[in-house]
Amino acid sequence: MNPRRKKRLTVVISILAGLSVVAGLVLYALSQNIDLFYKPSEIYQGKDDNGIKPIIGQRLRIGGLVVPGSVKRDPNNLKVTFKLVDMKMPIEFNDSDLYIEVHYDGILPDLFREGQGIVANGVLVNGNFIEASEVLAKHDENYIPRELADDMGEQHEKLNYSKEQLKSQKY
Amino acid sequence: MWKWLHPYANPEVSYHFVGKLLPWISKITILLLAIGIVWALVFAPADYQQGDSFRIFYIHVPTAILSMSIYIAMASAAFCSLVWQFKLADASAAAMAPVGAVITAIALFTGAAWGKPMWGTWWIWDARLTSELVLLFLYLGIIALHNAFEDKNLAGKAAGILSLVGVVNIPIIKYSVEWWNTLHQGATVSKMEAPSMSIEMFLPFVFSFLGIAMLVTYVISIRFRTELLARNGMRPWVRNLITEEGVK
Repeated sequence: MNPRRKKRLTVVISILAGLSVVAGLVLYALSQNIDLFYKPSEIYQGKDDNGIKPIIGQRLRIGGLVVPGSVKRDPNNLKVTFKLVDMKMPIEFNDSDLYIEVHYDGILPDLFREGQGIVANGVLVNGNFIEASEVLAKHDENYIPRELADDMGEQHEKLNYSKEQLKSQKY
Repeated sequence: MWKWLHPYANPEVSYHFVGKLLPWISKITILLLAIGIVWALVFAPADYQQGDSFRIFYIHVPTAILSMSIYIAMASAAFCSLVWQFKLADASAAAMAPVGAVITAIALFTGAAWGKPMWGTWWIWDARLTSELVLLFLYLGIIALHNAFEDKNLAGKAAGILSLVGVVNIPIIKYSVEWWNTLHQGATVSKMEAPSMSIEMFLPFVFSFLGIAMLVTYVISIRFRTELLARNGMRPWVRNLITEEGVK
């Protein structure tokens, strides 16, 4: 390689290396802001990496798994409460899990299921209670054909709403 | 070691070489795309939770993967052009940028159209979606720089530097779902382990991915040839080409 090309090569590579270091440091510094949501355990213990705890009245997003059997729906309107615990693999639920209770008034996304991941946007009312204004479903990267899922006994029914419930819809 | 490549540094040789490949690329593209799209959209089994909405996977994932692959290819070409000053590398980078931008836009659009029924929102500022949007803006910036200067060499240099700077974004897109918690789920197919789907869902993906990849190759090849003609308009071989074949 002739000297001019060698020089250009070193310049280009050193600029690239410098940039990656800068980008890495910036992302590292911003890491807690890039997280989309708090995990339920982080509401109690603070963020995993820096221990910052959300304050009461703070608007935040919370993401976790809906605890099976915890979904309570009002038969007359769209109000619903459920408990969230940290997402983990493999999915399992223990009574000792730290949970956050979420209250929501509105239609849940089709993918909302007990035992599935969701992300809710709302206000932390007190230590373990969130008043949500938006609930989004978070699905995992596993896709399974229907027949196979039936054999495995996976539940995949979406929620039904009665006429009365829908009438109370606010928007 | 690279001696066999040297003849292709000549634009005329490259132009005719790519021209000879084109009919083959187009045939393979049509075949793969037809098999892939029909298999994916009609015969692949529906997902147990998402039902038929899941089929958008077969467009969204290939375009999302390709949006990053095209970027890496373009940045590699820009790197060769900056260091070794290959004129053809510059032409190929210029040919790839708009194709990459369109593929990125398709990935973003299909993602939004998929997000609305499944997540419940068209858009959310999570790390994966935001970094993919930054990729689109990088492509647009690179296209703009390629066209901002009369002097194509200068334009190639400016666009090349931006492409290299933007490479930092690629690992961020790829690993965003692992480094941070996001609404977007993790990788299904583009990972070292076995894909997280059954084989009857994975096979149509292979065909639709290869089909879209070949389509991208086809469009880039055509654009590359046009780029060569535009950049060598004053050369005798281009003039001969025009007088021989006539302006079509």
